[in-house]
Amino acid sequence: MTTPLLDVRDLKVQFNVGRTGLMPWSPPRLLRAVDGVSFTVNAGETLGIVGESGCGKSSLARALIGLNPIAGGDALFLGRSLAGLSKSQWHDMRADMQMIFQDPLSSLDPRMTIGNIIAEPLQAQRPGMARAEVKAQVEQVMQRVGLLSNVINRYPHEFSGGQCQRVGIARALVVKPKLIICDEPVSALDVSIQAQVINLLMDLQRSDGLALVFIAHDLAVVKHIADKVVVMYLGRTMETAPTNALFDAPQHPYTRALLSAVPVPDPDIERNKVIQILDGDIPSPINPPSGCVFRTRCPLADVACGETVPTLDAIATTHQVACLKVGA
Amino acid sequence: MNLLEVSNLNVRFQTPEGEVAAVSDLSFTLASGASIGIVGESGSGKTQTAYALMGLLAKNGRASGEVRYDGVNLLTLSEAELNRRRGAEIAMIYQDPMTSLNPYLTVGDQLTEVLQFHKAMDKRAAFAESVRMLDAVRIADANKRMGLYPHEFSGGMRQRVVIAMALLCRPKLLIADEPTTALDVTVQAQILALLQDLRREFSTSIILITHDLGVVAGVCDSVLVMYAGRVMEYGDAQSVFHDAAHPYTRGLLHALPRLDRAHADAATTGGTTGVTARLNTIPGNPPNLLELPSGCPFVPRCIDRNSACLSPPKLENFAPGRQRACHRLIDELTDLDAPLGVG
Repeated sequence: MTTPLLDVRDLKVQFNVGRTGLMPWSPPRLLRAVDGVSFTVNAGETLGIVGESGCGKSSLARALIGLNPIAGGDALFLGRSLAGLSKSQWHDMRADMQMIFQDPLSSLDPRMTIGNIIAEPLQAQRPGMARAEVKAQVEQVMQRVGLLSNVINRYPHEFSGGQCQRVGIARALVVKPKLIICDEPVSALDVSIQAQVINLLMDLQRSDGLALVFIAHDLAVVKHIADKVVVMYLGRTMETAPTNALFDAPQHPYTRALLSAVPVPDPDIERNKVIQILDGDIPSPINPPSGCVFRTRCPLADVACGETVPTLDAIATTHQVACLKVGA
Repeated sequence: MNLLEVSNLNVRFQTPEGEVAAVSDLSFTLASGASIGIVGESGSGKTQTAYALMGLLAKNGRASGEVRYDGVNLLTLSEAELNRRRGAEIAMIYQDPMTSLNPYLTVGDQLTEVLQFHKAMDKRAAFAESVRMLDAVRIADANKRMGLYPHEFSGGMRQRVVIAMALLCRPKLLIADEPTTALDVTVQAQILALLQDLRREFSTSIILITHDLGVVAGVCDSVLVMYAGRVMEYGDAQSVFHDAAHPYTRGLLHALPRLDRAHADAATTGGTTGVTARLNTIPGNPPNLLELPSGCPFVPRCIDRNSACLSPPKLENFAPGRQRACHRLIDELTDLDAPLGVG
């Protein structure tokens, strides 16, 4: 087996949010946004990370590209550790790793032209490149994402959301990365435009052998695009499996509830299905429940779930579940 | 007896760039206790339709046509007459529960205010009734929570408070504008189940405005598909979802990745790459309401267009209870189900 492109091991992301006491010397209060998540991504593969708001999926994505510090564990990209990298080391790392953001308009500098926005990563990564060469590469990548070259001198506000997201994709692609981290890349787009962007990402991935970490709350989108999926809840992995296994035979009670809650555009299915409604809301990550973090909303939870933190156990070679009730 | 009859509703905005036709010739009826879904993408006019019904259009907007509610044309009522009905008989739930609650007032103050204004209840009775309604939308410890401010609630709880507020006066008509768009799916499922229960219990008619076709499939009896301010297709939910008769509706339904369909690469189990199901796309971009084509507004993006489409299509009955606005015959439309974009 070849070494994976990205190997995330027990990764933790934490934030200080105030102090536990009133005194300045009281220890800081920790928000464990990501609390020990592991997965691997191979070249050309798409990993989907799903979960509801507050589950830590965006914190995880930002940690993988150096926008959040890694507080514990490690992530190896091309065999090199991402923990504790200096700014200039991160700069070099991003020649092979780029990111696409959720809000297509606010992630583009309003004062820069489309051409300059797309050229910026290229100029940062290859400072010696001739201007003509930069322009040629920008035009080439614009063509690949479906932007006409005559818009190169326009500004982001002149574009629709879908077109702005194409600019964001072009900016990520221009340095020819091996991995792109996509944080909710289509959730701000209309349905018809969302389909265009998903197809574009899948085409680019296939032609370039790109690996994607695809973060989304829309499970149908993830099912369509991902090869394997990690389901997160309150900073922990609940279940991880190849896409088909996860969607056809979900094991964790959270995954099951999540899947049953997704509305399907078919009145016959939608009106006859049994939705497993979870009571309440996600608890605060500052003060997560003891034991299994999902137990406060879990229909199967009992006393043991409050005492033991479930480990992520394999139920098949590639299918892992963190639940005391599964397989028991 | 129809509770609501909308005929030829037009909404126009005067802007520095010119007049914008946000809604054109919209007509539909809603029976007592029934629910209709208005679906469309951004700029389709679905939210402005709701605002027009409620008399909440921005200052530069004007609604014309007729909105008959219980026999009265809402568009001709004075502000005072509208105020008597808004909140009491017709209530609205907005997309963002945080901005539709007043951050300076406790939830209790905001709830009791509604009853004191519309039902002239005294404070104590209004308080008791408000607690009862918070219970009905399944907020635990309702009594204690009356004293909390909106920021002390989670997103899902806030939306429950907004729904409780909308239902306090037992409205006959509830207009919900993207009520679950800001919420997580598990919370969305709670809220939709709640709306269904409440609709049964109070026999409230519901207009549900959303871009999410899945939500409509679960909640609505009939569906109105809008594009660029016009109705493209109208019919009962079963027919529209299973047998869509307009190229736009068909395109939308096929552009959705769906949980009930196989994973993209499932056709090639065994790991060999090659054939991959692509999503159907509707080419082009959402319409610019300032530069609409003269004929059918969907023409620039339609795969079934021909020369006839350069004149505006009329919304016409083509089957009992079903309408569509398209020049092409249904049999001539591209069958998106056939190959489903393999290639």
